[in-house]
Amino acid sequence: MKISLEQFDKAFENRIRLQVMSVLVANDYYDFNSLKELLGVTDGNLASHLKALEKEEYITVTKSFIGRKPNTQYSASDKGRTAFKKHLEALENLIRQQKG
Amino acid sequence: MQQEDIYAEINSIRNLMERSSKFISLSGLSGILAGIYALIGAAVGYTMIYREHSGLRLRDHYANDPLVYWPLFLVALGVLVLSLITGVWLSARNAHKKGQSFWNPGSKRLIASVSVPLISGGLFILILIFRGEYGIIAPASLLFYGLALVAGSNYTFSDVKWLGLLEIALGLIASLFPGYGLIFWSIGFGVLHILYGSIMHFKYDR
Repeated sequence: MKISLEQFDKAFENRIRLQVMSVLVANDYYDFNSLKELLGVTDGNLASHLKALEKEEYITVTKSFIGRKPNTQYSASDKGRTAFKKHLEALENLIRQQKG
Repeated sequence: MQQEDIYAEINSIRNLMERSSKFISLSGLSGILAGIYALIGAAVGYTMIYREHSGLRLRDHYANDPLVYWPLFLVALGVLVLSLITGVWLSARNAHKKGQSFWNPGSKRLIASVSVPLISGGLFILILIFRGEYGIIAPASLLFYGLALVAGSNYTFSDVKWLGLLEIALGLIASLFPGYGLIFWSIGFGVLHILYGSIMHFKYDR
């Protein structure tokens, strides 16, 4: 049975973006390398998805240095948290509708 | 999208949220070993305080005798160091097996939240030793250890919270019964660790 995805957030259509968002919602902040390791994705891939989420203003980026190494921290914005919650609710609604 | 796909999606999100915020490679086996070290340490401590006299067990020393106090302190320190090394080693091995790194945001936060009560407790106990307040060292170590576990339980298995609450209760009871510190200490650091470690081992490690 096919389900239409119209009510879903376009930004979360991509699996990795949804995964990034769920990590950032569960944590105050997360750094680039830990995200990369956790999700098992390449640098470029992760960077492009983070850019997309940043463009939507779903995440905020804080750049700093530890010694000479760049250390970029990401955190979910209020807008991003709300969007994520809505997306999950839409998923849950779908399941409920199918049961009923 | 199929219905099973949605279930799988929601499950994977939930799993990721938990995995990213908690250190879930804490080894149950290391809990069992820490308990065994503690019981051995307590037995060594016991023989320092009590000695057999023709079938009768008489108390040679009290734990507040300076002659016996420093060796006892060293035994406790040895148990602590050995337990920490075992815990880190086995948990790192566990993390490696699960394909995670030992040093991740979860473990960093776990260590940060545990260290505040643990270091304050350690300093407090050192102060107690220097001031000669030997009677409440065992209860204090149980109390601060329990507080550390409760503080850290947000960043690892929630079962740790129950261990922490039990240690706190035991510490409070121990402070009501001066002279029985070693017994309460053996229950808290020995028996409870072995029980907890076994539960964790069968629940998560296998």
